Amino acid sequence: MKKILLITAILLSVVYIISAQKIKGSDTVLPLSQEEAENYMKKHPEAMITVTGGGSGVGISALLEGTTDIAQSSRKIKFDERQKLQSTGKTVKEVIIAYDALAVVVHPSNPVKNMTREQLEGIFTGKIRNWKELGGEDMKIIPYSRETSSGTYEFFKESVLKKRNYMNGIMSMPATGAIIQSISQTKGGIGYVGLAYINNNVKSINISYDEGKTFTAPSVANALNKTYPIVRPLFYYYTIDNETIVKPFVDYILSAEGQKLVDKIGFIKVK
Amino acid sequence: MEGLFSLSGAVTTVVILLITVFLFCEGLGLFKSSAVEKGYVLCVNSANPVNSLKSYDIKQIFDYEIENWINVAGDYDKEITVFRFEEVFDRYSEDELGADYNLLPEKLGEIISSDAGIIAFIPEKYTPKNVEGVKILKENNISLSDFFAGSEWIPTATPAPQFGVLPLITGTLWVSLFAILIALPLGIGVAVYLSELAGERMRKLLKPLIELLAGIPSVVYGFFGLIVLVPLVQRVFNLSVGETGFTGSVILAIMALPTIISVAEDAMRNTPRAMREASLALGATHWQTIYKVIIPYAASGISAAVVLGIGRAIGETMAVLMVTGNAAVIPATLFEPVRTIPATIAAELGETAAGSSHYQALFLLGCILFIITMLISITAEMISKRQLNKGL
Repeated sequence: MKKILLITAILLSVVYIISAQKIKGSDTVLPLSQEEAENYMKKHPEAMITVTGGGSGVGISALLEGTTDIAQSSRKIKFDERQKLQSTGKTVKEVIIAYDALAVVVHPSNPVKNMTREQLEGIFTGKIRNWKELGGEDMKIIPYSRETSSGTYEFFKESVLKKRNYMNGIMSMPATGAIIQSISQTKGGIGYVGLAYINNNVKSINISYDEGKTFTAPSVANALNKTYPIVRPLFYYYTIDNETIVKPFVDYILSAEGQKLVDKIGFIKVK
Repeated sequence: MEGLFSLSGAVTTVVILLITVFLFCEGLGLFKSSAVEKGYVLCVNSANPVNSLKSYDIKQIFDYEIENWINVAGDYDKEITVFRFEEVFDRYSEDELGADYNLLPEKLGEIISSDAGIIAFIPEKYTPKNVEGVKILKENNISLSDFFAGSEWIPTATPAPQFGVLPLITGTLWVSLFAILIALPLGIGVAVYLSELAGERMRKLLKPLIELLAGIPSVVYGFFGLIVLVPLVQRVFNLSVGETGFTGSVILAIMALPTIISVAEDAMRNTPRAMREASLALGATHWQTIYKVIIPYAASGISAAVVLGIGRAIGETMAVLMVTGNAAVIPATLFEPVRTIPATIAAELGETAAGSSHYQALFLLGCILFIITMLISITAEMISKRQLNKGL
């Protein structure tokens, strides 16, 4: 699948190499960029924007090689990626275009409603192994994680696990849809997904980052008023020398109209 | 015209060779890269006797599993303070660090020299140089034993990614082995039925149907596995998770069946009519003819079928990725999640920075897969040659 995407990306970049702006990178940001680009092109018929996925790392290395104008990323650029960019004499600019909230989900029959960050850390690092310890049934906990390649994986590790590593041999799923599917058919399952993916087949958990004083439900409203803690920024990266070309589109995303689309896709507005 | 053909042959060979060379070049670069993330170094207080740390110990320290230096540095009894680079921004404001961070190394030096138990993970660029009280740990390269004997695959761990391939290799072999054990008896059974027992009409109906199975994209099998097989396995065996090595084996067996059946059946039907009739004329029953004459005669074809089946099973990516749970543990039973090499490559290559140690490790996994399939083909080749002589 990735290979096909890659080949399409290469073909597309060859076709559009002269006339267009190219956006490449994270699959999380992909639907948003597509929607924004479509609407932008409707308003500016002369503009030509192509959006491709492949993953945050793919986008940033494409930016390094100069084969994309904007890299979309669901994680912050890594230190040595930035170093590499700087060594080619380019300065990279970072823009936050939206926020994404992560929800922790369990099987609908699970009686556990609330969890603290410390408990989540215990579960995903393998210290807590039975639902009994959290006031649930006597049942093994099966934590599901995303693949290591995913920006979501990195963000959850940073925010919830405080950079500790996931337990050795955690179940890792290739896509958010697969996590939802697996948890809906595994009674002891627990996993994390983007807010927009929550449906009736799974139950979301209220989270507390203050050791159990207040528990907040994952929702767009709670993410907007900053009470929900597991929120991450989504980025666009571009090089300064390219700024005049990409600026109008970036400005469009940050405009009121662009941010309305952010809301529509299920992400959280910047302002 | 002849020249054209030999040219195309030569070009193909050269391309294949180049791909192999490229694969190994990229992969073997791993053993030249540092065990600590590129661009960073680890520093300790100079009172600390430790000079270098093993990759696994670094991971344990930064996971707060090892909390005292006495566990890694002989008789130095001090609590470990873990310091990550970003924490410097909590301790000092941007102004204190100066324009373009030129005061940063100095501040880092202060932090490290003031804490005897510290281990700091900082960028090479901002390393305090020639500062009293700061010792930079010697960097080890990733060793062969880290890679081949390591049992943890955590390629994104910072500062020291863990590239233990043992769980991946065993996972791959485990799933493929059981897939073949399931597919082989079934496949040969169907092949015998089709070539010897089924009527002409039945055969004309069944053969295209079975060959159609080979044309279904693997992602469709994977999806079917995730939706149907995973819950089924979970219920039937009363497990806590349905994504197991067994589920993967069953999917792979289904996928390998069409290949095994059609190749084995072709081989059996190629048994000369004279041999069958000779056998029957000697008074052998139909069944005796099948297993004393036809199967031995077709042995080379059947082993070719097995090799093609194993090849499909070992290299299969998408379907396995969706149903095995991808947990990188060395499997002890068939009913626990496993992670295979192809699934690992497919899932991780997209996000790795080109040229990083993770990227090289994935290429090396590709090399391992290549060597495994090559060994299998060579063995099968040898077996089929031997049996061919015996059969006649």
